[in-house]
Parts: sequence; C-alpha cells; structure tokens
Amino acid sequence: MVKVKVEFLGGLDVVFDKQRTYDLDIPSEGEFTVKDLLDYLVTNMIKNPKDVEMFIEDGTVRPGIITLINDADWELEGELEYVIEDGDIVSFTSTLHGG
Amino acid sequence: MSSMEELQREVERLQLENARLKEQLEKAELNEQLAGSRESTDPKPQNNATDKYPLTLEEYHRYGRQMIVEETGGVEGQVKLKNAKVLVIGAGGLGCPLLPYLAGAGVGTIGIVDNDTVDPSNLHRQILHDSYSVGMLKCDSAKRALNRLNPNVNVTTYPVRLDNTNAFQIFEGYNLIMDCTDTPVTRYLINDVAVNLGLTVVSASGVRTEGQLTILNFENMGPCYRCFYPVPPSPNSVSSCQEGGVIGPCIGVLGVMMAVEAMKVILGLYSTDDFEPFLMQYAGFPKQSLRTFRMRRRKEMCAACGTNPTITREAIETSKINYTEFCGSRNYNVCVPEERITVQQFDNEYLKVTSPGCILLDVRPEHHYQISHLPNTYNITVKSLRNMDGSLDELQKHIPSVSKDSDIVVLCRFGNDSQLATRLLKDDFGINNVKDVQGGFFKYIDDIDPSIPKY
Repeated sequence: MVKVKVEFLGGLDVVFDKQRTYDLDIPSEGEFTVKDLLDYLVTNMIKNPKDVEMFIEDGTVRPGIITLINDADWELEGELEYVIEDGDIVSFTSTLHGG
Repeated sequence: MSSMEELQREVERLQLENARLKEQLEKAELNEQLAGSRESTDPKPQNNATDKYPLTLEEYHRYGRQMIVEETGGVEGQVKLKNAKVLVIGAGGLGCPLLPYLAGAGVGTIGIVDNDTVDPSNLHRQILHDSYSVGMLKCDSAKRALNRLNPNVNVTTYPVRLDNTNAFQIFEGYNLIMDCTDTPVTRYLINDVAVNLGLTVVSASGVRTEGQLTILNFENMGPCYRCFYPVPPSPNSVSSCQEGGVIGPCIGVLGVMMAVEAMKVILGLYSTDDFEPFLMQYAGFPKQSLRTFRMRRRKEMCAACGTNPTITREAIETSKINYTEFCGSRNYNVCVPEERITVQQFDNEYLKVTSPGCILLDVRPEHHYQISHLPNTYNITVKSLRNMDGSLDELQKHIPSVSKDSDIVVLCRFGNDSQLATRLLKDDFGINNVKDVQGGFFKYIDDIDPSIPKY
C-alpha cells in the first residue's frame, strides 16, 4: 500500500470528475513508480475512456502538462522511474496560454 | 426659435468648447512630457539639485515610497529602473495591470507591442482601457494612460502583430521582455528571439480562474520555454480567454506579479549564481492559492538554448522555423458546402416557417446556452454527443423524437463545433439530413437579430 496525494491543476480536473485533489491509498507490492501511478490513474480514475488522450500520449504524460513531484519538476526526480514514497504529492498541471 | 433648435445650438457650442479644451489639454500634456523627458535625458544638470543628485527632485518625491524599501537599493535602484528598457508584448489581460506598475515604478523606457483594438468584452480585465477607448488601438490607449500616470517615462508603441520578420528589430534595444501574449505560436517565437538576443523573459499566462508565471532564459543561462515544452501541446488542448473565459482579477494578479518579477530582475535581485528556475501557479478558485514549483535547468539538447541550437536568428528570420506548422491548428472544416447553410437560409427556411419534425440543436456548453439561446432548441454539447458513441437510443433520451430520418440543424457560437457535431450526427449516428449553420449563433445575431444578447 502506498499513500500518495495527487493534484490536477490548470483545468486538468475536468478529466478527473472535476475534483482537484485526491488522497489515494493504492495497493502495491514492491516499488511503486510514477509510471505505475499513471497506469493506476488511467485505469481507475478516468471515468470516460475518451478523456485518456487529454492526459496521456505515447505512454507518458501528454505534451503541455507539467508533472511535479513534491513541488519539483519531475525531470529533477527521475520522471517515470521515480519511486513514490508514502506522503508524496504528485501534481499535474496543464500549461496555460491565455493572456 | 423653438426650444429644440436652441438645444441643438447649445449642443454644437458645447461640442466646439469640448474640442477646444481637448486641444489645449493635449498641448499641455505634450509640454509636460517634453519637460519630463528633458529632465530625464539631459546630461547637463539644470539646477543645483541635479548637480548633487542623480534624479530630479520631482523623481525623489514620486518614487520616495519605493526607494525607502531597502530591497530596492534606494537611489541606486531607482537609477537602474530609470535606465531600464522593457518591452511588453500584449496590452491585454496581463499587459494592462503590468504596464502601469512599470510606469509608476519609473521604468525609463517602455515598449508596447499590440495590433489589436479595444473591444467592450476586454474591459472587465484590461483595466488600462475604458469605455471611451473602445475601437482604439490597445497600444495607443495604454500609452495615453501611462503618459498621464508618469510623464517621465518614454513609451514607444508598435501597432503590429509580432512575427518572425519583425521580432528581432523590435526586441533590439530592450533589456527585458515581458510575454503577455495569448497563443503558443507567439510564446515560442518570443522565446526563440529572446534566446538568440540573450534577453531575459518574464512570462505569464492564464485562463478561467488560474494563472502561471515564470522567468525564461534568465541572463541567457536558461531554462527557456522550449526546455519546459520541447513539444507543443495539441491544438485541441489549447484554450483561449475568448473560448474558455477568464476572471478579470485572476489574470490581473498574474500581471501584477509580472511587475514584481520585472522590478527584481532590473534591480539585480537575481544573479546567475543563485537563480533557481521556477514556475508559479496561481488559482483563484475555489480557495485562492499560490504555489512555487522548482523547475528543470537548461536542457543540453534544447533546440533553442542547448549546446547545439538549431533555432538560430537566420532560421527564424528566413521562416525555416514555421511556427504555425510547429504548433498546428485545429481543423474545423470538416463539412462540405452542401452540409452548410447560411444564417439567412437558417432564418428563412427553419425559423420563419414552421418546419414540422425539424430539430434545432445548439451544441454550446450549457452555461453559454443559459446566457442566451433561440426558442425551441435542444442543447447537447459536442462532447456529450461524442460520448454517446453513435447510439440513437442515447440521443433519444435527450431528443425523444429523433430518428435517422430527422431533419437536424446544428449551431454553436461561431460555427466551428457545429461542424464537428454535424460530422458526428451523420457519420456516427447515421442521421442523413444534418445541416450546420455557418458562423453560428453569433453570426445569426449580427446579421438577423441583434436584439439577442451576445457575450
């Protein structure tokens, strides 16, 4: 079991039932990576299969979405391979363009 | 003489008086500006005060409240602001709150790039403009406001759309670039030109209730926009203020925050040793929150600022980099001419006559539909139609009378989504007789019935 908080910012909450944050207890054995988290989100939390493409492209987070692990760019943390620990916060934010 | 004639004469007299006073005011403003710029640019001191001091007495008075904040570095900081040349691209939702703070703080030279004119729908957020400047160029309206606010500031306007052929010429001569634009195409272009010229960019954006802020290519050490976003988002995922809507003060907060960052960059509060790349994320709703994310550094492989850049000045200026192609665009033109009708046809053939069995379908979002809509219309969004996967049973839950032989006319706000809906109804649901209204509900309002509220 891994305890992780996920956040959907910049309008991404529309893909996740219009809820911005979720506290998740995810059953897992062994290491649970960000890649595993993405699979979990797609399988369990995106109700409308047509919305998956608004979040995932080519097996990773789609261009235009920034992923953050504990408020740091996931690129600094190992991206998909990062092993999630209890209490981590993983945030996804859509890039905004208006002005 | 009738009282009406008297009144008409009085109106004419007042109009002349008004014009005469306006002319006097303009002359007075010009004189004041000239006096201000003489004071600020003349190398030879004009009085004893400037002999001893680097700023005029008026400037000490004007900037006193910020100079006594230690972080600004006092007079030395104020001189840095005065010597700074800041280019603001976009005088809209971000530019409007940003510009007066820059001018008020005493940034000596401000350039404004914007080729758009003021529209009433801008005014809830673009607070430099007002009901009297509707129709004016935004850069002129902004300049007028800034000149009144602080005549010491030199304001240059560029009433052009920034593109790959004019960007370098406009950028050169400025020390700091403020990206207040609203499309990925322009954001990539600004980034690439700034990287090539070694300029720092303060960049912000927002839509609906949220906003983002970052500093790009700081002192040419990166990261740049392309380090963050090497691949542009799909055009379908990009939402503008016109389309997605925007809360005035939410985008306003970002503009004000840009002014804070600009001041810090100019005052030298960031250095190449301690600059940490960041992205700030503001949310106005449901609870206001502001987060600062720690971001990646320059990417070695970055096409713009990496070790082997391909995005050179030459490549940009000769259009080798095609920004429109790079960012792509949504293809709405999915209907053939026979599937489309004009608003006149729509009015004559469907609204003025009773056409039994004909279904009028408005595919705008429900909260748009609630603002105004035509009578006897159904409201189902394109997204909901798509989610029905072509099931007529599902569609009948919303429109009980619908069948494959139905006559359906589809309309949306501008005539884009209605084309997508027409395709879905014909191809997925197998309904043969579907027509799309060209130009949509707003075109209908413009050409046929201007008494309906447009938003």
